[in-house]
Amino acid sequence: MLKIENLHVSIDDKEILKGLSLDVKRGEIHAIMGPNGSGKSTLSSVIAGSEDYEVVKGNIFYNDENIEDLSAEERANKGIFMSFQYPVEIPGITVTNFIKTAINSNLKARGEKEMPAGDMLKKIREKSKLLEIDSKFLSRSLNEGFSGGEKKRNEIFQMAMLEPSLAILDETDSGLDIDALKIVANGVNKLKNDDNAIIIITHYQRLLDYILPDFVHVLQDGKITKSGDKSLALELEEKGYDWI
Amino acid sequence: MSLKEKLVSSFLAFELDTNILSNVHKIRSQSIKEFEKIGFPNSKDEYWKYTPVKKILNEKLTLFNKKRHLIEFDKVKDFFLNGIESYKLVFIDGMFDPLWSDTTHEEADVCILSSVLEKEKYNDVISKYYNKLVNSKESFSLLNSSFSKEGAYVHVPKNVVLDKPVEIVHINSGGESSLMLQPRSLIVLDKNSKAQIIESHYSLTSKSESSLNKADDFIDPLTNSLTEIHINENSNLDFYKIQNDIETSSIIDNTYINQKSNSEVSCHTFSFGGNIVRNNLNFFQDGSNINSILKGVTILGANQHTDHHTLVHHANPNCESYQEYKGIYNDRSTGVFNGRVVVDKIAQKINAFQQNNNLIIGDNATVNTKPQLEIFADDVKCSHGCTIGQLDKEALFYLKARGINENDAKGLLTYAFANNVLENVKMQVLKSKIKKIIADKIGVNLGFEL
Repeated sequence: MLKIENLHVSIDDKEILKGLSLDVKRGEIHAIMGPNGSGKSTLSSVIAGSEDYEVVKGNIFYNDENIEDLSAEERANKGIFMSFQYPVEIPGITVTNFIKTAINSNLKARGEKEMPAGDMLKKIREKSKLLEIDSKFLSRSLNEGFSGGEKKRNEIFQMAMLEPSLAILDETDSGLDIDALKIVANGVNKLKNDDNAIIIITHYQRLLDYILPDFVHVLQDGKITKSGDKSLALELEEKGYDWI
Repeated sequence: MSLKEKLVSSFLAFELDTNILSNVHKIRSQSIKEFEKIGFPNSKDEYWKYTPVKKILNEKLTLFNKKRHLIEFDKVKDFFLNGIESYKLVFIDGMFDPLWSDTTHEEADVCILSSVLEKEKYNDVISKYYNKLVNSKESFSLLNSSFSKEGAYVHVPKNVVLDKPVEIVHINSGGESSLMLQPRSLIVLDKNSKAQIIESHYSLTSKSESSLNKADDFIDPLTNSLTEIHINENSNLDFYKIQNDIETSSIIDNTYINQKSNSEVSCHTFSFGGNIVRNNLNFFQDGSNINSILKGVTILGANQHTDHHTLVHHANPNCESYQEYKGIYNDRSTGVFNGRVVVDKIAQKINAFQQNNNLIIGDNATVNTKPQLEIFADDVKCSHGCTIGQLDKEALFYLKARGINENDAKGLLTYAFANNVLENVKMQVLKSKIKKIIADKIGVNLGFEL
């Protein structure tokens, strides 16, 4: 589904990713772990289509299509989703109206009809229940004044609504207390199926206690230096990154 | 002959034609004398620095309508609130139109000022409230005081909550060139009363129509409006100003509001176009525990210009004021915000907040914003802030990453920026009407119902 080959990425002439390769197949969960400044967030932003970064070398294939020239919205329309580490506050638009706009934009871009209001409402109700989101929360301005945990929960709510094929969760566990972490993880697990894939980018292994990855990769200085299974995460937790 | 000379010399002829109480005659004569002394302002005047007032003071302007113009209801039905009952005062080219109006003298007076000014029974109210708040050094106020004879009169007696909102609708028919209109309104809320008033200005002389129907020498109307508002103890007024569909017309508006103790007034100004629009909004806090809320949304394009000059005078302790103005400027449009807050020495424990945020969308748009705080008390909380900028790039990326295309994302963010000011609009029908106008002005296709 996602194939990254020898990816080199710079921002302001500073090279951050230095030849990263990754192969994610349908139905898989990959965790990418690494110390601060190793390029984790750059990787998620680049996959999502941020224009702040420059791809110097290498390729990103999504469903066998080179997506380098696609804009962020085109990537999203094709089913790529990123849960933001720092979701942006947008006063003046409610959570509900935002998600309605997003869903219909994606449908329109795929040449499909807009979702009927009744179906939309039903889906919103169903998915907000999954993430234990209160209906009052849905009529608040998007992310404005939300706590860290509320922001993250709202990201996963959006993921649940948009049903992406590839979801990248960028530090979704940061700012979550243990209860919220469980709710978010439970939500993600329920959304997981054989047709989609998830990349979890994280600092700590605690989220991986709840969402079990098929593969764990270590990202260090812009490259993946080690890959393994779930046990690698535990080893990292215990020993840190220096031993690799 | 200059416009000033022309106006001054036409005063007597105009006055002979006007049937009013003698004390009002006196006010008018004094006002024209004062106007003759000071004349029109120009751009050297600090108060008018950023608004090229000269541009609209065409010497061909006239105070005399040639005839009454009729308008089909279909053309103007959207100017009214739909779906709720309201009192209506409709003025076409400055003249009262009884056909579409709906006045009352039952629990409150909602009628036209001309009839009040000529009747003895209103003498007490008029002597107490008429022309009491007006700045006698302000040219346009003086001019209005000299020539006005028509406008709205709203008087809510004590302990009355007005059952329906009042719509004051001014329409320029576009049928006549060079009109200078002088609408004048007087609004009085007695103790413990409550009202909602919407004052709107529309023009049927839009650019597209004008090129077809108007002669080359057509001069667009200039409306010089003045409103006096007296809010007595424990009363509450929601006042909304809508300046829409007036692409080529100009408005100078002076609104004077006097609040007594424990009263609250919120005034929203929606400026959605106009050749030159100048709003002078003056609040005087004449008591304690007063709350004054001033909010505004301005959306301009083409060569349009809007200037908001606000003044909140905190003359007594323990009061609050809250100002929030947002502007969105396209093309070569220009905007001004000058927010003056005066806190007198005795006015301790004041909480005054002021915020002006501007979004520049057009490459050649300009905004001048100036907070002006004059604080003479030492135990007060006054804050102000202003920004002029573009849409936030991170926010744009966030929306795009959710599959919303760049154009729609920009539209949605722009809409959100303006929409955020509407939270205090209590009337739901009005709120959705304004939201629709905002979305329409921005040109965004929202994916949700308003």
